[in-house]
Amino acid sequence: MLGRTANGLYWMFRYIERAENGARLIDAGLRMSLTRSEATEDDWEGVLQSAGVRELYDQVHDRLTSSDAIDFLLRDRANPSSVMSCIEAGRHNARMVRTALTRETWEATNECWIEMKESLARKVRPADMPEVIDAIKRRTGLIRGAFHGTMLRNEIFNFSRIGTFIERADNTARILDVKYYVLLPAVSAVGSSMDNVQWESILRSVSAHRAYGWVYDAELKPANIADFLISNGRMPRSLAYCYEKIASNLGYLAREYGERHAAHETAEQTLESLRSRSIDDIMDQGLHEYLEEFISHNNRLGQEITDGYRFYH
Amino acid sequence: MMNADTSPRQPYSTYHEWYASQDRNRLIAKSKEAENIFRKTGITFAVYGHADSSEKLIPFDLIPRIISGREWRRLAQGIEQRVIALNAFLDDIYHKQEIIRAGRIPRELIEKNDAFLPQMIGFRPPGGVYTHIVGTDIVRTGEDHFYVLEDNARTPSGVSYMLENRETMMQMFPELFHQNRVRPVENYPYLLRQSLASLAPPGCTGKPRVAVLTPGIYNSAFYEHAFLADMMGVELVEGSDLRVLDGKVKMRTTRGYEAIDVLYRRVDDDFLDPLSFRPDSALGIPGIMDVYRAGNITIANAPGTGISDDKAIYSYMPEIVEFYTGRKPLLENVPTWRCSEPQSLKYVLEHLEELVVKEVHGSGGYGMLVGPTATKRERAAFAEKLKERPGNYIAQPTLSLSTVPILVNKGIAPRHVDLRPYVLVSDKVQIIPGGLTRVALKEGSLVVNSSQGGGTKDTWVLED
Repeated sequence: MLGRTANGLYWMFRYIERAENGARLIDAGLRMSLTRSEATEDDWEGVLQSAGVRELYDQVHDRLTSSDAIDFLLRDRANPSSVMSCIEAGRHNARMVRTALTRETWEATNECWIEMKESLARKVRPADMPEVIDAIKRRTGLIRGAFHGTMLRNEIFNFSRIGTFIERADNTARILDVKYYVLLPAVSAVGSSMDNVQWESILRSVSAHRAYGWVYDAELKPANIADFLISNGRMPRSLAYCYEKIASNLGYLAREYGERHAAHETAEQTLESLRSRSIDDIMDQGLHEYLEEFISHNNRLGQEITDGYRFYH
Repeated sequence: MMNADTSPRQPYSTYHEWYASQDRNRLIAKSKEAENIFRKTGITFAVYGHADSSEKLIPFDLIPRIISGREWRRLAQGIEQRVIALNAFLDDIYHKQEIIRAGRIPRELIEKNDAFLPQMIGFRPPGGVYTHIVGTDIVRTGEDHFYVLEDNARTPSGVSYMLENRETMMQMFPELFHQNRVRPVENYPYLLRQSLASLAPPGCTGKPRVAVLTPGIYNSAFYEHAFLADMMGVELVEGSDLRVLDGKVKMRTTRGYEAIDVLYRRVDDDFLDPLSFRPDSALGIPGIMDVYRAGNITIANAPGTGISDDKAIYSYMPEIVEFYTGRKPLLENVPTWRCSEPQSLKYVLEHLEELVVKEVHGSGGYGMLVGPTATKRERAAFAEKLKERPGNYIAQPTLSLSTVPILVNKGIAPRHVDLRPYVLVSDKVQIIPGGLTRVALKEGSLVVNSSQGGGTKDTWVLED
């Protein structure tokens, strides 16, 4: 496969994943503003930070308002991580690697772009917001469905999946890192309603507020939330789950190519540490430090894959 | 579709019966459905010069154009004869030039032509094939009158529309394909790959590796390039994906550099190799011409084939066909005035309102004048251009083109069409039974180019 094609697949799926996560972040933000009576501009600051675009926002806007923040996250072309920018970039990459995709996968991607371009052409009215968020989740879900249902399990599949999970791991780690202070024991003087909203918001950002109840007690506890999002190998957006997938997809590539790269070492080491360290241990040593290091390792892994498999564009 | 006495023409009889039983509103709804299919599949093309509308749909008309087996056989024989002549002509022009020595074609017409590549002199491509893929443009003026408009021996496009139009018709009206015995076109990608692989260069030892070379995602025909690569199951590459290494053309893969044996290029000659042609080309592969001449890659179509479908050469096609096949051409040539000749120029200037004037090197319907529909002012402006560079133009009479029905809101209406069948050349000549029918959607218009508001329809060749 061309290094350019592998690169295109990897980024196509990173962007689609980012678009979906963006929608989820906005959703969680909206939810939080509904459940709270006081002014909520600060909450959007957290959402912008989770999306990694806080500074960029300030370059474009003088003031932080919820309406501007939502628009910036949803459809501003000046924001390369806005949902619309991501869908556009994902579709652009898909078009470039068209020959590597099944017709179903390409069409799902193209239709996602056609629909979202239409419904995000103008600023979305608050009343229409739930429908738009749903549409983004549905459209990106259809891409994933078409991809899983029709793609051959070969290197094309592996590069695509690696893109998805590198992006997802980055997203989950960021969401945790932005809110890590609300999970610290000192702050969580049990059960204030304020904390509950914050905790639930974290879970909502990764669509895990229902699943949490199945795995832990109904009661929200910071250590459990951190455990769920970091170490729980059954939770599809946890760091551990993402790395299981990355390591296994890299493993397939290593067998098919008959060669290993630095990326293989890095991925396996990270997975091993996710498996072996308990959440208490992580919290004791500093959640923030842990997440920061994770994010930087995750970036390094992306670079090592790019080098090892000769990506270019 | 109809005879003069309003009965349906024979090949249309089964279709006509079906059409008569259809509800028009349902058909109009189906038209919309077809448009949606095309849009979601991404069957688009780019119109140069339209900044904001970078991806457009070509309108699709759902009434098929139907050709009987008998009509097709006649056409196919004529096309085959012409394609054989084209290849023989190219081989001659780049070797002994007997046709020039025999005084049938003026020397300067060849040697001063930009499409003539001195780099090809004395070189014979693998299998002696120059034009692997040809798209002969044909119009019809009467029951048995077919004219060739253009030979398109460089990189004819549009074949993906032929395939998608058929696919769409079968999806929307499966019953029609039970009622009519329509010859298949779906195996084109398979035949194309086979045909390309069979002409691998002498330096290829294993199973030939084929790739499609595209100028990239912003090219107007990118969809088609991707589509063909996909359907053939071969790599789609751009110039920047390729390097010349160890005397081979290699692509940058995730495993390192790997050699390509046959390159189906959809990039013009000028841009193919910055070392041999345009030095500013970013689309090409530096040094590929050396690899080609050393017998380590096959380029399809061969560089320099443009000399055979040049509009200035076109007027000599009857002589060319006769010179190489020893027989009169089976298909007619449109009478052509070469404006480089003073006598012709005078005639053309005096009869501008009856003629179509085209640029010798133009394509896509750009830079042409359709005399009868142009305004006085447009004709006057064009006459100035003509006088300035007469050698740049040829002129042809406007033919009374046949019409076929299209679906409009009020029912059906006649529109002018042309036909581009696709031809594959290897050790044999294969003509795909069907082709791309382009239709001028504007009432009375003769311009069928998609860039000028033309549409397409499915083309059926019936089994007898």
